Amino acid sequence: MAEALLVPAVALGLGLVLAALRFLRGPHVLDRVVAFDGLTVISISALVLVALATGRGIYLDVALVYALLSFLGVIVAGRYLEGGE
Amino acid sequence: MTALGLAILTLGAVFLALGGLGLWRMPDTYTRIQAGTKATTLGTLLSMAGAGVLEPGWALKLALIVLFLMFTNPLSSQVLARAAHRARVPQAPQTVADALAEAEGEGAQ
Amino acid sequence: MSDAQRPLKLFATLLLFWMILNGSLAPDVFLAGLAISAAIAFLLPGGLSVLCGARLSLRGVGAALGFTGFFLRELVVANLRMAGLVLNPALPVRPAIVRVETRLTDPVARLLLANAITLTPGTLSVELSGRWLYVHWVVAETTDPQEATRAIVAGFENYLEVIYG
Repeated sequence: MAEALLVPAVALGLGLVLAALRFLRGPHVLDRVVAFDGLTVISISALVLVALATGRGIYLDVALVYALLSFLGVIVAGRYLEGGE
Repeated sequence: MTALGLAILTLGAVFLALGGLGLWRMPDTYTRIQAGTKATTLGTLLSMAGAGVLEPGWALKLALIVLFLMFTNPLSSQVLARAAHRARVPQAPQTVADALAEAEGEGAQ
Repeated sequence: MSDAQRPLKLFATLLLFWMILNGSLAPDVFLAGLAISAAIAFLLPGGLSVLCGARLSLRGVGAALGFTGFFLRELVVANLRMAGLVLNPALPVRPAIVRVETRLTDPVARLLLANAITLTPGTLSVELSGRWLYVHWVVAETTDPQEATRAIVAGFENYLEVIYG
C-alpha cells in the first residue's frame, strides 16, 4: 500500500515545488499569498496521504484544522492588502 | 477496490500538480488565482474521494474536509482577486477589457 | 421561511457537524454536543447557516440536487479546460473583467452564486455590488454584459431562484 502511494506523492511534491517557486518569485505580495494558499491546499491532500500511509486517522483532524486556519489567514491577508494602494 | 481508490487518489494528485503548474505559468495574478483555485478544488475532491474508497471508515471526516474546502476555496480566491483589483495589481498585456475599472471611473466623475 | 426555525436549523447543523467530527456515538459525546450546539444556537440565533432562508420543500430539495449535479459537471469541465490551457505551450489566455447581472437578493444565494461562478469554466468573481457582479474571465468570449450574463450566470441562477425564492 505504502509503495503504491508513491505516485500521488510525487505528483503532490511537484505541485508543491511549482507553487513554492511562485511564492519565491512573486512579484506582487498578492502573488505570494495566492501561491501560499495553493501550497496549503496541496498540503491538505499531502496530510491525508500521510494518514493513509501510516494508518493514523489523527492526521485527518490535523488536515481539517489546517484548512480552517489557513482560510482565516488568507482572508485576513486579502482584507489587509486591499487598502495597500 | 484498492486499485480504484488509488486511481482516483492519483488523478486528484495530478490535478493538484496542474494547479501548481498553473500558479507558475499564468501571466498575471488574476489568471494565477483562477488556475490555482479550480485545479486544487477538484484535485482535493478527487484525492479525498480516493482516500475514502481506500479507508471507508474515514469517509465522513474526508467529506467534511471537502465540503469545507468547496466553500472556503472560492471565497478566498474572490477576496484575493478583489484585493488585487483594489490594490491596482497590473493585469497581463493580453487583457481585453476591464468593466470594473470602467465602472469605478464613472463613479469617480 | 419563519424566523423561529432559524435557531433550530442552526442547532441541527451544529450537532451534525459535532457528531461527524467526533466520529463516535457514545452517550457522553452526544450529550456534550447537544449542550454546546444548544448554547450556540441560543446565543447566536441569527447565525449564518446555509440552510437558513432555503426552502425545505420537495421542489427546493430537487433544485438543490439539480444545482449540485450541474455544479459538479461544470467543475469537471472547468478543470479539463484549465488543464488544457496550462499544458498548452502557447498559453492562449484572453483575460477580461466583465460585468454580469443577477436577480438574486438572498445573501446566501448570492454567496453560492459567486462561489459557483468562481469554480466553473474560466470565471472568477471579483466584486459584488448591488445587482452587478464583476467576473474575471480567463478566455473571454464576449464583453457584452447581457451575453456574459447568459453564458455565466443563467445556469446557476435558475436553480438558486427556486431554492431561495
